[in-house]
Amino acid sequence: MHNYTITELSNALRAKKVSSTELTQLFLARIDKFDKILNSFITVTPTLALEQAKQADLQYQKGSAGPLTGIPFAHKDIFCTAGIKTSCASKMLDNFIAPYDATLVTRLNQAGTVLLGKTNMDEFAMGSSNENSFYGAVKNPWDISRVPGGSSGGSSAAVAARLTPAATGTDTGGSIRQPAALCNLTGLKPTYGRISRYGLIAFASSLDQAGPMTQTAEDAALLMNAMASFDDKDSTSIDRAVPNYLSTLNDSLEGLKIGLPKEYFSEDLDPKVAATIQAAIKLYENLGAKISSVSLPNCHLVIPLYYIIASAECSSNLARYDGVRYGYRCNNPTDLKDLYERTRGEGFGNEVKRRLLMGTYVLSAGSYDAYYAKAQKIRGLLIQEFKEAFQQVDVLLGPTTPTTAFKLGEKVNDPVSMYLSDIYTIAINLAGLPAISIPAGFIDGLPLGMQLIGSPFTEAKLLNTAHRYQQETDWHKKVPENFNL
Amino acid sequence: MTSAISKKSLPNQLQPSDKADTWESVIGLEVHVQLSTQSKLFSGAASAYGAEANTQACAVDLALPGVLPVLNAEAVNMAIKFGLSIQANIPHYSIFARKNYFYPDLPKGYQISQHENPIVGAGHLTISLENGEQKTIRITRAHLEEDAGKSLHEGFENMSGIDLNRAGTPLLEIVSEPDLTSPKEAVVYLKTLHTLVRYLDISDGNLQEGSFRCDANVSVRKTHQKQLGKRVEIKNLNSFRFIEKAIQYEIDRQIDVLERGGSVEQETRLYDTDKQETRPMRSKEDAKDYRYFTDPDLCPVVITADFIEKIKQTLPELPQQRHARFQSEYKLSLYDASLLTSTRELADYYEEVVKEKIPAKLAANWIMGELAAALNKSNLTILESPINAKRLAGLLQRIADQTISSTIAKDVFEELWVSQKTSDEIIQEKNLQQVTDQSAISKLIDEILLKYPEQLADYKSGKDKLFGFFVGQVMKASGGKINPQQLNNLLKEKLNQ
Repeated sequence: MHNYTITELSNALRAKKVSSTELTQLFLARIDKFDKILNSFITVTPTLALEQAKQADLQYQKGSAGPLTGIPFAHKDIFCTAGIKTSCASKMLDNFIAPYDATLVTRLNQAGTVLLGKTNMDEFAMGSSNENSFYGAVKNPWDISRVPGGSSGGSSAAVAARLTPAATGTDTGGSIRQPAALCNLTGLKPTYGRISRYGLIAFASSLDQAGPMTQTAEDAALLMNAMASFDDKDSTSIDRAVPNYLSTLNDSLEGLKIGLPKEYFSEDLDPKVAATIQAAIKLYENLGAKISSVSLPNCHLVIPLYYIIASAECSSNLARYDGVRYGYRCNNPTDLKDLYERTRGEGFGNEVKRRLLMGTYVLSAGSYDAYYAKAQKIRGLLIQEFKEAFQQVDVLLGPTTPTTAFKLGEKVNDPVSMYLSDIYTIAINLAGLPAISIPAGFIDGLPLGMQLIGSPFTEAKLLNTAHRYQQETDWHKKVPENFNL
Repeated sequence: MTSAISKKSLPNQLQPSDKADTWESVIGLEVHVQLSTQSKLFSGAASAYGAEANTQACAVDLALPGVLPVLNAEAVNMAIKFGLSIQANIPHYSIFARKNYFYPDLPKGYQISQHENPIVGAGHLTISLENGEQKTIRITRAHLEEDAGKSLHEGFENMSGIDLNRAGTPLLEIVSEPDLTSPKEAVVYLKTLHTLVRYLDISDGNLQEGSFRCDANVSVRKTHQKQLGKRVEIKNLNSFRFIEKAIQYEIDRQIDVLERGGSVEQETRLYDTDKQETRPMRSKEDAKDYRYFTDPDLCPVVITADFIEKIKQTLPELPQQRHARFQSEYKLSLYDASLLTSTRELADYYEEVVKEKIPAKLAANWIMGELAAALNKSNLTILESPINAKRLAGLLQRIADQTISSTIAKDVFEELWVSQKTSDEIIQEKNLQQVTDQSAISKLIDEILLKYPEQLADYKSGKDKLFGFFVGQVMKASGGKINPQQLNNLLKEKLNQ
């Protein structure tokens, strides 16, 4: 039963084949058994989980259960959870117990999910390999010598090894889609503003967006029904009706116009990756989709663009970690300057510091115009380019990542090469678009993801396009054998 | 109650006077007005003054991880109200920016402020100088920003305490052009601005509580020189008196430096209210790079023409309009009108009295005289006056219809101050009605003339001064209740018979 999707678990609960308590015990036992190897959880919350499961079982008895009632679940440790440690995988917040729930957490609590724990991640969501965690690297269940991707690597490893049926992630430059791709999952990054950011610990405010990490597009749709909302506590959330994402899942793809950004299929693309994606394109053609080529001429600029904008925002967002009110404080500060320098010097890891320095630099008086102001202009151009592409096609398709999962340690000392692993995902955040990564096949035993990109608020269309593919393929059903015990 | 215009004359020259021909000062002011919204600029926490430390700071004010700001619409309305009152351009589009710096009472490590695209564009404020001249001071802009908390340095051994009650309180920063030329002019500008924000009801303007604070940019130059001198910013000014003193000190200091052949450094100086001097705080070289950028957590504020029109409808009569109307409608002097319109509450009180058909000048004299003195003595504001406008009007009514004399009225006023009675009750009880019956007055005069035959004889032989003596004696005999004019006329008649 540990390989069941949320949809299947929900049906089993409703049919009283299993109780939420039994399911919760099952997944807690799996965490206990496997997470010593994977390190995918920072905090496990068995007492709370069993209490929530008990409540869920009561709801099933009373007949008041919803589709997510009693489903074991995990949150990335970037979401504030009242009364539970919320660390962002940083020494800085190792002692931080959030006094409030993120809006997303409140919504899933109300939907009845059972919290198994908080998942590991790159510190403050900065990273693509989950090696930048104060709590240690996370292993990829498909090959534990490899990375699970990042920054939502704890969530992706945990779902891939079926330590939880699904989890939340956040995506600032690919942090849901890239780990989903490297762990054979479905990961949706919704349109910017679709899910409230209130209580999501900020990395880069104009790019951060929460989303579901699941086994199937159907589960993602189910979760999106609960996660998407307008929130008056988040000024950037958008007041727009939320559709029922399940209702359009099975729509026909006949006549769907799929565009292939030619920049995503350049000569540099690994032939095995290209072949895998071509096979998926063929399948879509068979389902009635019309394939054409489009161009995004400025997308070669996205990496520098992203590292200017995201770093600038984080240099300001992370200024609050000063040792004054909460979180880590250095021992025996001699004066204010010493308090700041040692608290931040000791509390932050290297990648965070690297980006804080970069961000402070690009916003400083002598560099602002050359970097930050220029980046904002190019960002405008990029948004325009996508707009034009979506006048021609409904959905864009390409690989999620240039390679399958790389080795732990392989790119740790080469940040630029690490940054390049997000080359296909970053543009989507800069343009605020929705995109989904779904399993598209295997290369040398490792999963590869395919990315579908939509225009703003077309999550339903993306889920539909992904779901129809998953009806025709079984890549997403494959599980890593070592953890399928 | 403070007057908008002080009684002393306003010399335009600088002190000492020997420097008057050679130096002139250029002053620009940045005023921080705390807006009297119910809650903070970006959070729902209350913004009232004086609560126990850290009891008015919510998760957003504490800058907990994950929290987000939500703009207070009331603060936007207030800013626009102010903009309209200074005939400013209200831009269609306005944005919030982060001003980044580290300080323990700045919880986020940045202040949400406005840098480019402020909520209020260029406008102007006309001030009345003491010589009666009007001067227009250009206002560069006004923008919304949040206040920081407070660092408390006393009572913590080797540490400082942080109180975040004030963190996030809405401020409107009003920046003037360097159009002011003397410390006195600067104070007139500030008082005019202070009156305005109180009229608009957008701030309590309380200087002691820091609701109205000012930074001054001061430079000096030779009279014929076009280029501005090096500018010094003085911080920490929160009383009109200190502002005047600090600016004067700084002008004198700069002139002194220049006359000794030195040069003025562009720097920020702090005014020490104990030593009454400015001292360096930081130089241009240590000037902070605030790394301003648009706050990605907040959307641009878009203001439509319709919205501006709606706010315009809510504007009260402004002090200068009211000042002009008081002069024309009530025929008051410039001075009386200035004093009576110095606060909205006082002007309201005055009009409430006049509305009871009290002669305008009589009402003005009593409010600025007897009432103002009594309020001052008890340290009360007009709103706290034990005699409300209705009761004062009741008293003035009896002066106007000659039921009592002005002298008696002062006694009635004292009684009104301490009791709940009306003037008529007091007059009735104490039998204070003025004697206006000709025969009764005539009888009293006759009695006095009989009583003082020698003085009568002296008067008749040419000692005119004794007229006052007879007036006094008759008045005394009547218990002060005779109408003085009537007494004068009758007495004259009788003495000249």
